[in-house]
Amino acid sequence: MPGLTHLERLEAESLHIMREVVAEARKPVMLYSVGKDSAVMLHLARKAFYPAPPPFPLLHVDTTWKFRDMYALRDRMAAESGMDLLVHRNPEAVERGINPFDHGPQHTDMWKTEGLKQALDLHGFDVAFGGARRDEEKSRAKERIVSFRTASHGWDPRRQRPELWSLYNVQKARGESLRVFPLSNWTELDIWQYIQLNDIPIVPLYFSAPRPTVIRDGLILMVDDDRFPLRLGEEPVMRSIRFRTLGCYPLTGAVQSEAATLPQIIREMLLATTSERQGRIIDKDAGDASMEKKKQEGYF
Amino acid sequence: MTGPAASDPVYRTDALIARDIDAWLELHRHKSMLRFITCGSVDDGKSTLIGRLLYDSKLIFEDQLAALEADSRRVGTQGEALDFALLVDGLAAEREQGITIDVAYRLFATEKRKFIVADTPGHEQYTRNMVTGASTADLAVILIDARKGVLTQTRRHSYLVHLLGIRTIVLAVNKMDLVDYDRTVFDSIVADYRDFADRIGIGAFVAIPISGFKGDNITEASANTPWYEGPALIHHLETVPIETDTDQARPFRMAVQWVNRPNLDFRGFAGQIASGVVRPGDAVRVLPSGKTSTVSRIVSLGGDLDQAVAGQSVTLCFADEIDCSRGDVIASASAPPQVADQFEATLVWMGEEALLPGRAYWLKLGTRTVSVTLQPPKYKVNVNTLDHLAAKTLELNAIGVAEITTDRPIVFEPYADSRTLGGFILIDKLTHATVAAGMLHFSLRRAQNVHWQALDISRDMRARQKGQTPRVLWFTGLSGSGKSTIANLVEKKLYSQGLHTFLLDGDNVRHGLNKDLGFTDADRIENIRRVGEVARLMTDAGLTVLTAFISPFRAEREMVRAMMADGEFIEVFVDTPIEVAEARDVKGLYAKARSGQLQNFTGIDSPYEAPEAPDIHIDTTVTGPDEAAEQIVRWIFDASG
Repeated sequence: MPGLTHLERLEAESLHIMREVVAEARKPVMLYSVGKDSAVMLHLARKAFYPAPPPFPLLHVDTTWKFRDMYALRDRMAAESGMDLLVHRNPEAVERGINPFDHGPQHTDMWKTEGLKQALDLHGFDVAFGGARRDEEKSRAKERIVSFRTASHGWDPRRQRPELWSLYNVQKARGESLRVFPLSNWTELDIWQYIQLNDIPIVPLYFSAPRPTVIRDGLILMVDDDRFPLRLGEEPVMRSIRFRTLGCYPLTGAVQSEAATLPQIIREMLLATTSERQGRIIDKDAGDASMEKKKQEGYF
Repeated sequence: MTGPAASDPVYRTDALIARDIDAWLELHRHKSMLRFITCGSVDDGKSTLIGRLLYDSKLIFEDQLAALEADSRRVGTQGEALDFALLVDGLAAEREQGITIDVAYRLFATEKRKFIVADTPGHEQYTRNMVTGASTADLAVILIDARKGVLTQTRRHSYLVHLLGIRTIVLAVNKMDLVDYDRTVFDSIVADYRDFADRIGIGAFVAIPISGFKGDNITEASANTPWYEGPALIHHLETVPIETDTDQARPFRMAVQWVNRPNLDFRGFAGQIASGVVRPGDAVRVLPSGKTSTVSRIVSLGGDLDQAVAGQSVTLCFADEIDCSRGDVIASASAPPQVADQFEATLVWMGEEALLPGRAYWLKLGTRTVSVTLQPPKYKVNVNTLDHLAAKTLELNAIGVAEITTDRPIVFEPYADSRTLGGFILIDKLTHATVAAGMLHFSLRRAQNVHWQALDISRDMRARQKGQTPRVLWFTGLSGSGKSTIANLVEKKLYSQGLHTFLLDGDNVRHGLNKDLGFTDADRIENIRRVGEVARLMTDAGLTVLTAFISPFRAEREMVRAMMADGEFIEVFVDTPIEVAEARDVKGLYAKARSGQLQNFTGIDSPYEAPEAPDIHIDTTVTGPDEAAEQIVRWIFDASG
C-alpha cells in the first residue's frame, strides 16, 4: 500500500479531532457560516459519526445581511444532515437596526462577536467547532487546534496550552470554553480539491454568473436585495462575477470571472495574485493586528 | 535577490494549470504530505528561510507582498531588501519585540508534496514549544549560522528532536553568502556536527549549504556552491521517505475514540488507526480486557471499505457482541500490545508549577485518561551537556526520567515503537493545564501478572448488610479550626442513629501509620494519599468514615475524591479565619510557629488552599460545634433520602 495522500491525512486528522472533542465535551456545537469551509467541516462531521448524525447542533450566528443564497443552502444542509439548526441574532442589534451601511465596524462587532458570545452563553455550549484555517491570516497560524477561551471568551496567545502529538487536552473549568478548529491544517486549495472529490454542495455564489452589482470604494458589491442603499448616480449593472469568500453581502467584494465549474474556480484561484481575505473589509479595521485583537475580544 | 523563475519545475506549473486544469488536479490528487520542524537559534535566519519557502511556493499574493514591502521599509532588518521574516512573525506582540513567542504552523506545497512546517522559537526558555512542534514532525531541519558553527543551542535542538523520535534530519548551514560560499567552512561545521550527532545517537543526516536570504540551494542547485553535489533543500524535502508510512508494516492497533450506536442494530467503534492494516475477517483483540472477535465491516460514509491503513480514521464493526468502549485499544489478535500500570518514562515539564512527586495528575495516552502519580525523578538532563543531574523535581522546561504509576492498567507501546501509544501528556487536575509531555520507555512490571484477588463478597453487599451508603466525610480547615471537635460530635450522633462509623484523626495517624512523615509539601501529600487509601478501604468495608486533617492542598483533596466512588466523598470545610484559630491556639502551636520553633506551619509559612465549592461549609464564627454537627448529620440523612 502506498502512504496516504495529503487529503487523506488531512481528513483523518479532522475526523480524529472532532471525535476526540465530542467524546470529552459536555455540550458541543458547530459554528456554521455556510461558506465553503463550513461545507467541508459539515461533511467531515457527518463522516466522523456516520451512520449516526453528528451528535451536536449547527449554530448560525446571523447578521440578517447574508446573501439570500446562503440562507437557502443553510436550511437545505441542516435538513439533509439531520442536525438541529440554531439561528442566533443579537437582539440588541435587531432592535437598533445595526447594518453595515450606517454602522461600520460596529456591524461586525455587534452581530458577530457579541452575537456569538451571546449564543454560546445562552445555550451553555462548552465547545464550539469553527472552520478557520491557519493559512488564512497570520495570527491564525499561532492558534491551537483546541483553543482555550476564558469565561469571558477571551483568547490569550501567551496562555495557550501546548498541543502534543494528536493528544488534545479538552479539560476546563465550568464557564471556560474551547474553540476547536478541525480545518487548521487545510489550505484554500485543499478545501477546493476536497469539495470537488466529494461532490460537496456549496453556495452557487462561488460560481460565476451575471449578477446585479455596483462598484464602490474599489470593491465590486452585489445588490442582493432592495435594502442596498444606492448612492446618487449609482445604478446596478449586470456583471459576470463570483465570490472567493462569503460574508455579509454589503461587505463582501466580488471578482469579475467566467469560472462556472470547480476546476475553473481552482484554476482561477491558483493563478490569482491577491489573497482570499482581501475581498473582506473586516481585516482592515485596525491595521496589522486586527484579527489578533478581534480574537482576544472573543471573535472566532 | 534571486527568486525562482515562473517555469521553476518544483513549484506549481502555471502553464499546465492554465492549459489543462483537470490534468493538473488529477496530478495533485496523489500528493503526499510531510510535516517538519525548523530549529535554530535566535539569529540563524529561521523566519527568513520559512518566509522564503512561502514566497517561492507562490503563497504570497500581491496584496501581502505590498504589505511586506511596506513593512520591510518600516521595521525590517534587511535595508531595502524584502525581510521575509516579517511574513511569519504573526502576532503584534512579536513584531513589536522582534521575537517569536510561540509555535506557529505554516502551510505550503510543491508539485509533489504538501508541507506543514512547525516554526518554533530558538530562545533558551522555550524547550516546551520546540518539543510541541517536534511531536508531530516527520523530519527536522536544524539551522546553523555558517559564521557561528555548532552552538550550544544547536546541540540542544538536536537532542530534543532526537528525543521526540524524529529520525530524519537535515542540517541546513545557512548564511553561506556571508562566508563567501566557502567549502572549508561548510565541511568543518558538518564534521563538528557529525561528532556530536554520533554521541547522541543520531545516525544519519543530510547537510545542505544554503542562503535563505539569497535563495541558494533552496529550490535549485546554486551556482555559488559548485563544490556541493547534494540536493537542494526543497528537492530533498519532497523526495525523502515519510516515516509514518512505515507504520503500515507494524501490527494493527487502534485506540477507540467513540462508540457509535445510533440504534439497537448498529454498534461501531470509531478511531484513528495507529499502525498496521485492517480488513473485514481479521481476528482482533480488545485490550485491556483481552476479549477477541472478528472485524465484520469497515463502515464509511461513502460505502464500506475493503481495508484501512495506519493514519486513517475509521469505524469498525465486530462479528460478536463484546465489551469495548472509549479508551480501549483494538489490536491484531495474534500480536497485541502490552498492558501495565508502572512505567519508566522521560518527562518534559511544561507547567509553571514544578512537578510534585506523589501528587495525582491526569495522564492522557491514546484515548485513555487515567490518574497517575510520579516518583521523584531518577535524574534530569542538562540539555546543553547531556549530563545526568540529581533532581528532586522538574521545573518548567526541565527534562528528566521518572517512574510513574497509573491507577489502573493501560495499553501501551514503548515510544520508540509507537508515538501514538507511547507518548502521553500530563494534565493538572485543578488548573486543567497541560503540565508535561512524556514518553514511555518500558513497563516496570506487567500488570497482567498481578492478579487482583477475585472477591466473592462485593462492597455493595457489605454496605447493604450495614444498611447504609458508604461515605467519607472529609473535614478540612486550619489547625485549631475545630475539625476534630466537630467530627467527634458527628460520629457520636451517627453512632447513636445506628450507623457504622470510623474516625481517622490527623494527630493519631501521625503517631502510627504515618510516623515516618514530616511536614514538607511532599510529606504532606503522602500523608493525605495514605489516609485516602485507608479511607477507601473502609468505604469498601461499608463504613461511614470521618477524617480530620488540615489537608491544605486542593489537589490532594481532589486526589482523594477521585479515589472514591461518585458522591461518596463529602468535603466539609471547617471555616475558621486564621486570626480566630490563632487566638484560640488550643495546642499552643501557633505560638511556637510564630516564634520559629515550628517550620512549615499551615497558615503561617505554609499555604492553606480553601475549598472553592465544599459540599458542606461550616463558618465557626457564627456556628457553634453542636449546631455544626447537627447540620452535618441532617445533610447526611437528607442525602441518603
